Amino acid sequence: MQTSTSIQPSRDPAAQYVLRLADTCLILGQRLGEWCGHAPVLEEDIALTNTALDLIGQARALLTHVGQMDGQAHDEDQLAFLREERDYLNVTMVELPRGDFAFTVLRNAMVATFLKLAWQRLAGSLDTELAAIAGKAVKEARYHQQHAGDWVVRLGDGTPESRQRLDAALGQLWRYTPELFEDDAVDAHAAASGLGPRWSELQGPWRADMTLLLDEAGLALPTDSAFRSTGKRGLHSEHMGHILTEMQYLQRAYPGGVW
Amino acid sequence: MTTQNEWPLWEVFVRTKAGLDHKHCGSLHAADPKMAIQLARDVYTRRQEGSSLWVVRSDQIVASDPGDKDMYFDPMEDKVYRHPTFYALPESVNHM
Repeated sequence: MQTSTSIQPSRDPAAQYVLRLADTCLILGQRLGEWCGHAPVLEEDIALTNTALDLIGQARALLTHVGQMDGQAHDEDQLAFLREERDYLNVTMVELPRGDFAFTVLRNAMVATFLKLAWQRLAGSLDTELAAIAGKAVKEARYHQQHAGDWVVRLGDGTPESRQRLDAALGQLWRYTPELFEDDAVDAHAAASGLGPRWSELQGPWRADMTLLLDEAGLALPTDSAFRSTGKRGLHSEHMGHILTEMQYLQRAYPGGVW
Repeated sequence: MTTQNEWPLWEVFVRTKAGLDHKHCGSLHAADPKMAIQLARDVYTRRQEGSSLWVVRSDQIVASDPGDKDMYFDPMEDKVYRHPTFYALPESVNHM
């Protein structure tokens, strides 16, 4: 009987910390790629796929680094395509279906704001490889935040329909935001070892940025709900299996296939 | 013909590096200047083509009439003496 071709990343907390970032970039990049050929206008089609490619580039650098960190010598492709669902550590928010354009730009603004703040802090990581990745990625995240944020303001301040759609997106997305800032042992280890900040430390500046943005868009921060998503601990929504099936198909069908 | 719902057209000029001119490279649709600059960045500089961008509303450009082409430009055809090629340049003058 053939054994599974799946790989298991290490449970080392430092590797898990970087995997959470890597998978958040990877899965949002995959989701954004779904807009290719479907965005409302040609120019924005290119802008969205540029963002997707930036995110996948960040994921590649981080996954390569994880492969070196955990001593198992997995390469970026193995880590991206050969893990089982529970071994992906992205936050749940990024695996949700792409929704309409309002949902997409609001999610992009939320995640870009988070990543910008994370990269800024990680640029000072004691892990020099991670610091170098962060130094490059923060420029990309700043642009993503600006571009997505401008759309949020346009839609919030646009027609009754665009406002209604943005409002609906905010209602759907908001309950997935607390997961971004909930700490656990992985964060404690990262903070203690100088790898990076506890994600909870990013909550204050994130809320400040989002408050400014939503205020400009004419929307208020929703109230927090008791719901907690758990993607970064490997427990995903029902959408994760589907996106992985599509993402992994080629590498599973043609093992080791390269460009 | 533009409809009421269509975003205005903008001409995009890209400067590849400091010291060089901004060169016209194409056009795009955008709702306002801010969006036009962002989309110009995304559409025309994604392969490291640029270090600076200009965008100009296409309807703000005044162009010569193609019908005037004969009258405007043909008379220069036989006036080669307007080119500064009839002088011997000193060695020290480069790139004339």
